[in-house]
Amino acid sequence: MRIGVMVCHCGNNIAATVDCEAVAAAAREFPDVVYATDHMYACSDPGQGTIEKTIRELKLDGVVVASCSPRMHEVTFRRAVERAGLNRYMFEMANIREHVAWISLDRKRNTEKAIDLVRMAVEKLRYDRPLTAKSFEVQKRVLIIGAGVAGIQAALDCAEGGLDVVLVERKQSIGGVMSKLDKTFPTVDCSVCVLGPKMVDVGQHPRITLHALSEVEELSGYVGNFEVKIRKKTPFVDWTKCTGCGACLEKCPSRKVRDGHNEGICTTTAINIPFPQAIPKRAAIDATVCLRFTKGKCGVCQKICPADAVDYDLKDEVVTEKVGAVIAATGLDLFDHTKCGEYGGGRYPDVITSLQYERMLSASGPTAGHIKRPSDGREPKTVVFIACVGSRDRSVDRPYCSNFCCMYTAKQAILTRDHIPDSRAYVFYMDIRATGKGYEEFVRRAQEEYDVQYVRGRVAQIYPSTGPDGDQLVVRGADTLLGAQVEIKADLVVLAVGAESAKGAGALAEKLRISYDAYGFFLESHPKLRPVETNTVGVFLAGACQAPKDIPASVAQASAAAGKVLALLSKDKLESDPQIAQVQTIRCIGCGKCERTCPFGAIRMRELRDGSKRAEVVETVCQGCGICSVTCPVRAIQLAHFTDSQLLAEVNALCRTWDENTES
Amino acid sequence: MQTPPRPVDLADDRDPAFQAEVARRSGQALASCYQCGNCTAGCVFTPDYDIPVHQVMRLVQVGLRKRALACRAIWLCATCQACTTRCPNNIDVAKVMDVLRHMARLAGHAPEPNVKTFTDSFLSSVAKHGRVFEAGLAAVFALKSGKPLQDASLGLPMLTRGKLSLTPHEPEGNGKAEVAAIFSRFRFAGQGASRCADQGVSRNSHDDVQRGGKPSGKTEDKR
Repeated sequence: MRIGVMVCHCGNNIAATVDCEAVAAAAREFPDVVYATDHMYACSDPGQGTIEKTIRELKLDGVVVASCSPRMHEVTFRRAVERAGLNRYMFEMANIREHVAWISLDRKRNTEKAIDLVRMAVEKLRYDRPLTAKSFEVQKRVLIIGAGVAGIQAALDCAEGGLDVVLVERKQSIGGVMSKLDKTFPTVDCSVCVLGPKMVDVGQHPRITLHALSEVEELSGYVGNFEVKIRKKTPFVDWTKCTGCGACLEKCPSRKVRDGHNEGICTTTAINIPFPQAIPKRAAIDATVCLRFTKGKCGVCQKICPADAVDYDLKDEVVTEKVGAVIAATGLDLFDHTKCGEYGGGRYPDVITSLQYERMLSASGPTAGHIKRPSDGREPKTVVFIACVGSRDRSVDRPYCSNFCCMYTAKQAILTRDHIPDSRAYVFYMDIRATGKGYEEFVRRAQEEYDVQYVRGRVAQIYPSTGPDGDQLVVRGADTLLGAQVEIKADLVVLAVGAESAKGAGALAEKLRISYDAYGFFLESHPKLRPVETNTVGVFLAGACQAPKDIPASVAQASAAAGKVLALLSKDKLESDPQIAQVQTIRCIGCGKCERTCPFGAIRMRELRDGSKRAEVVETVCQGCGICSVTCPVRAIQLAHFTDSQLLAEVNALCRTWDENTES
Repeated sequence: MQTPPRPVDLADDRDPAFQAEVARRSGQALASCYQCGNCTAGCVFTPDYDIPVHQVMRLVQVGLRKRALACRAIWLCATCQACTTRCPNNIDVAKVMDVLRHMARLAGHAPEPNVKTFTDSFLSSVAKHGRVFEAGLAAVFALKSGKPLQDASLGLPMLTRGKLSLTPHEPEGNGKAEVAAIFSRFRFAGQGASRCADQGVSRNSHDDVQRGGKPSGKTEDKR
């Protein structure tokens, strides 16, 4: 066998603490190594060129590159050896950056360890055999979880690209947070006017199947061939019959139900259509408050319904869909302002959240766009906005910046001055983050054109004022630029609550087998270079489920995810990874241990003609984890590219150098 | 914050030893303060302070020992801990103020002489009687502060209602001796630390108790 070795300097990343030339020189002495060199950047075009040229000129059978983590560049180098005519599995990588150079400054010992790792790689390569990937059919359908603006955008892009889309939304209507907003920054466009047509498109698109009031219960399978179980919660209304006429809403006697779409600033009925633009525009009954379900009485909606759609006996339904890829677009929730006791959140009616204020500003909201104090319905003349409530605050375990509060606060302050010209608006802030296009100009406009008073400092407490203005709230804060304590009597206080991951995000991540951070936001595969992929192949991210994001960023990521899915499913067949378990049928005794331990259900027992059983690997399902291989009592299962002989060759290489070192 | 005669030199005027000492004594991550001002916003004494709390924190972050230790604010702080409660970064701001007060005392600063006189008189009374003797303390403080009649009008009503005794109520049994032992222990520990002796603290009978006694004694109380 003829092996070539290349030791990479990685600029100074490796060369600063490893003597790369010495590693290459040592490698020349290893068995079967006919060529070894060092290179400034092995992954660069000249670096890869050298590898290809050397393979051709010296007729190499395999290559070892000692450089960074295989997670970084294994694919790069495999492509390079393949271009030079070798099988891509005749390549090994020794990680001398993350495992050596970056963890110690001791140049001598680092160099020794690097030599050990290269030797292990060479010994393994001597046992490597060419492997060929198999291909399998893919489902040209995509599952999108969450139908806020990100999910809607991804669904439309995928559907326009020719894929069938299964869109699952937990709530009764699609639209997400954006459907609750009055205007959007920095253009002050009407939010639902921009979103509404997209929602209608989703409802009408022949390629989009919408499951509203539904949740993903289980996801199994693998890229190209996922199977998803979706629980369609019963609305107690037959949606194939319901026309969305709204007659039931008018007659429903249970009218004190918290209105979720309006953030609880008004009430609604037990049978309900959340808002006029809802898609699907269908009624649903909240069984927790409906008199029929809580008291066993009533039944008015059933009597009144002209389409005879109300059916109290309807049950949840579980449907199964097959898809080739998944986009998670589950969005965000908002910080619970009642946790801020010092601001009287939840205790003082005139201390409200920014989203409640947004509903108040909205022409289609409960106050028809008139700003009214919840306590007495009076129009407020002094409105105080407090930024960073539940953001950048370690004391409530929310150390991160929520990204968009600075901007929506500026927008709401502008709208306040717009709606009530003789009003005053104050914004307590710590820093202004206005990094988007036109954002800084927008915040300046709030201050210069709309005379919004920006006060740099946090608010310590809010308390009801005593005396003649007893119905006001005293906001006590600091103006750190002034170096003074400041106070303002406010008619209304709006808390710019920060973003949190959607409720149940962690549980969903576990169903999708993707990672999530300490705050429940889903983890991208690489923060810079793979921002929409996850570490589970075929599962992508869009919108605020990954991190707090505003609308433009969510839409951009949604289109990016759709592009990734379209590229993935543009092929009729996908290649499977050949690094999977292989059963040597002659050795197999049919004990079935492997079948029981496989976490992916990739092994089944096949019955032979004589009635005995043998294990069999379902190649497309096997993830190559190797658990079956170590479970097998007779060593009948080997993991291709990680066979016992390959691993032992590595161990022997390591122990031999160890012996040599200890003897000397 | 008073205007300095020249710009603050961020490199030369920085005193890393001072920063390290505040960090060590307080056990607080001072760099995590991002100057939001919530401490100042919630502090009941901000109007009386020469430097608001968040700027005291900033002086420590910049490492300006003299200005931090010479300010009046650290002497007026009542350790009510509103700042600590409000801090979004979980910094015990009141503890930092406490530490600065101790360090200021050791460095010979006393910009609020009445506060110093009161604590001196208080501790001296405890050292002598095993617990504070209010009437004696009031009398000593009245004389030392130079305003002998400032609290006199309160004395009579308190006496008639039995709130004030004219004789000290010393602890029963061994109590007085035990308290005295605490004082001597900390006085000894204080004298053992050379930094106390090095500072030019004005000497009088109370200061003898104070120099070593107060800083460590107070930390001990809190534990």
